[in-house]
Amino acid sequence: MEFFRIKKDIPFMRHALVFNVISLVTFLLAVFFLVTRGLNFSIEFTGGTLMEVSYKEAPALDGLRHQLEADGFTDTQVQNFGSSRDVLIRVPPGKGGTQEVSLSKVGEQVMASLLKVGAGGTASTVANANQPTLKRVEFVGPQVGKELASDGALALLSVVLGIVAYLALRFEWRFAVSAIIANLHDVVIILGFFALFQWEFSLPVLAAVLAVLGYSVNESVVVFDRVRETFKKSRSMTTPQVLDHAITSTISRTVITHGSTQLMVTSMLIFGGTALHYFALALTIGILFGIYSSVLVASPLVMWLGVSREQFIQPKVEKQEAVV
Amino acid sequence: MNRYPLWKNLLVVIALVFGFLYTIPNFFGEAPAVQVTSVKATIKVDNALMSAVESALQTARIQPTALSLNETSVRVRLSDTETQLKAKDVIEKTLNPDHENASYSVALNLVSNSPSWLASIHALPMYLGLDLRGGVHFLLQVDMKGALSKRLDSVSADLRSLLREKSIRHSGIERDKQGIIINFRDIAVRESAKRVLADSQPDLMLTDGQSGEDLQLIARLKPDAEKQIQDYALKQNIVTLHNRINELGVAEPVIQQQGADRVVVQLPGVQDTAKAKDILGRTATLEVRMVDDEASSNAGIMEQAARGQPPVGTEYYVERGGRPLLVKKQVVLTGERLTDAQPGFDGETQGAAVHLTLDAAGSRIFRDVTRESIGKRMAILLIEKGKGEVVTAPVIRSEISGGRVQISGSMTTSEAADVALLLRAGSLAAPMEIIEERTIGPSLGAENISKGFHSTLWGFTAIAVFMMAYYLIFGVVSVIALSANLLFLVALLSLLQATLTLPGIAAIALALGMAIDSNVLINERIREELRNGSSPQAAIMAGYDRAWATIVDSNVTTLIAGIALLVFGSGAVRGFAVVHCLGILTSIFSSVVVSRAIVNLIYGHRRKLDSLSIGQVWRPAVPAAGNQKAKKTLAK
Repeated sequence: MEFFRIKKDIPFMRHALVFNVISLVTFLLAVFFLVTRGLNFSIEFTGGTLMEVSYKEAPALDGLRHQLEADGFTDTQVQNFGSSRDVLIRVPPGKGGTQEVSLSKVGEQVMASLLKVGAGGTASTVANANQPTLKRVEFVGPQVGKELASDGALALLSVVLGIVAYLALRFEWRFAVSAIIANLHDVVIILGFFALFQWEFSLPVLAAVLAVLGYSVNESVVVFDRVRETFKKSRSMTTPQVLDHAITSTISRTVITHGSTQLMVTSMLIFGGTALHYFALALTIGILFGIYSSVLVASPLVMWLGVSREQFIQPKVEKQEAVV
Repeated sequence: MNRYPLWKNLLVVIALVFGFLYTIPNFFGEAPAVQVTSVKATIKVDNALMSAVESALQTARIQPTALSLNETSVRVRLSDTETQLKAKDVIEKTLNPDHENASYSVALNLVSNSPSWLASIHALPMYLGLDLRGGVHFLLQVDMKGALSKRLDSVSADLRSLLREKSIRHSGIERDKQGIIINFRDIAVRESAKRVLADSQPDLMLTDGQSGEDLQLIARLKPDAEKQIQDYALKQNIVTLHNRINELGVAEPVIQQQGADRVVVQLPGVQDTAKAKDILGRTATLEVRMVDDEASSNAGIMEQAARGQPPVGTEYYVERGGRPLLVKKQVVLTGERLTDAQPGFDGETQGAAVHLTLDAAGSRIFRDVTRESIGKRMAILLIEKGKGEVVTAPVIRSEISGGRVQISGSMTTSEAADVALLLRAGSLAAPMEIIEERTIGPSLGAENISKGFHSTLWGFTAIAVFMMAYYLIFGVVSVIALSANLLFLVALLSLLQATLTLPGIAAIALALGMAIDSNVLINERIREELRNGSSPQAAIMAGYDRAWATIVDSNVTTLIAGIALLVFGSGAVRGFAVVHCLGILTSIFSSVVVSRAIVNLIYGHRRKLDSLSIGQVWRPAVPAAGNQKAKKTLAK
């Protein structure tokens, strides 16, 4: 089997402008959604209480909502989680129910409230036997949330700086800058998806975003490696030709590698259940856009950066410089 | 020729054996067990304890499947959960005949079924995080201001008795937010007080002050002392938490300092979070203060006090049982002077009571106070989360010496037991607040394991099938290398006893998905070399060599992301990052060294090699320049 039977180098660079416009539009859309809709941060970042309870039979969510509201938990989200019998309840921070209690007691109060419904209370038609069992409680104080958010931002920043420094050292600043721009554009697009669909942005998702950032920079590295090698080998090719050749000769590897990783991620999407759902989703978007951006965004960027600098000097000198 | 020197082959074999050895403990599963640990520092866990446990089980005709002793605990492995519960009862009864004064903590636990020779080379199963085994996780924040304020309270009580002892007349000691203010009438007295205080209280920084007529001496804590108090408060709180958790009977609790003022508590397997939280979060301390009897019997003053305007220097409380009273703010004695607290019964009324034992200094203070205040009432307050409750306010009938005090009020037996536990387990040096909590039910834990396992299994299978179909023998080699990677990763995680969480399992899956990249790079490179006309042996050689630089480059960038996550991540992210980083390191070794060793084994010794089984190598109709011998090396 061989998927890729490419006779000539594909002239990717001829359409460089098109790719860049597509990227720009997607990027701007992502920014737009981020600004207008914002991210749906999980309680790890916002603070608050999250509970997962499981019923024997599917409960009427409205009944639960009414009971919680009656007990003073306004702004509480009640929704099914995974199956109709599992219910996820989110209580925003600073809501202590009817009486002033320590925030960490919210979980117990909510549970007491739920038990009232289960016991054949007003709004519910379910039998007495359908009592909720607590599967999981998470309580995060507001100060912890703030720290996590700032730690996350710091992690992202250090990944970016680390990668730029490494690539600048290993290749050249132009490569470093274009690779990081291309891949940050991925990150923004992933976040844009999370903002558009209001998917929950949790700590594992953040981990996935950073992992995918490191991973798709790989892609640019592989292409750039080829670019450098081709520059060394043949001096007669123009910059766009070199880039076309590098992309064409690595495209088979690109697709197979990302395909394999995606196989694993798809398996996580299918078998990982709700806990890994958004993690796998973030990876999927990251991988798909990673292929596109590291190949079709980073390479044109290198070209633009190079060309703009070399307009007044001989193009050959530029090539040699890139070799170093 | 593609041959590895002997040492490299040996290295691969040793690595595989090592990986295998440290991975297998994970497959033996776990058996129910009972774990006995000592609660008191003076009681050692030794062979005598083990034989005591053994004989207790024998008399009850319970046959343990294994009995083991380590530094801190005796573990009894049992065949099923039913006998486990029985055994726990038997051991509990034998070792702790007096339930109120338990010397041992007997807890249900799970221990690995792996044979003991594996444990002796430190090959243990992976340590599962709470999200996989169920349990409670708390992050507690220590209130350092509270610690300082508490210290100032006790210092001010000390100053009072010190000045009285030295007969230095002052006109009142007050507490403000940061310190203590002592008022004097003349300078000479203030100077002598200063000398006395400088000698006996080295932690205080003394400055002169004046407020209207009064001369003042303002005492503040020195910065060094403050830091010391804070450090001590944290340590003391951790010790206290240990004691309390021991009383809860949890196997393998984790209690760790995090940062300057936080404590992480993890209680695997604990389901009754309300109870655990209650015991942990309670910051009960005892305070003994005098009741202002005159004011308390004045109906007018009491009415005002009930509206929130108690007379200066007193506080309004309602005793258990409903009688309101005014208690002086001045503290006679705090819980720090307490050496023991036991629930029991009042000899006269037969009501539930708590028996307290005071240390020498406490006994002396208590004796002096009771001698001076016969006929007056004394309030015993339980302070929880900054709110006080008067448990009882008895009339002092005679001087109480010897440091034995009994609290009896309107309380039930279980309340008495709780109060005693809280007081005995040591008071917290500073109040603590739960700022993060995670409870995971055991069913969810098992669910998470199976989900993580299935994701990895099916993902791996899909990749394996594809690789073998696409690259044939080289695909098989890649899959073997990938399996070796998994083996190394699990072995390392087991060896390091790093905590495996659900994000950790996800990271294992992702590491495998990403690790295949190296093999794809190599295989593609070999195909390309073949396409350009290299001989099979040369293609293998060049393929591995050229791919190496790219593999290193691409792994470094992934590693940078991993390390950043490790440094800045906490909780779930850290679990992910550890596995991610380890996975990258093992993947470099397995995909390059291990796979090359296997390829060498298959092809390396063949002198006449016509083709490689690496799948179809397609050539363009017009071959690239410089491949004269290309025609010969056609692959399957």
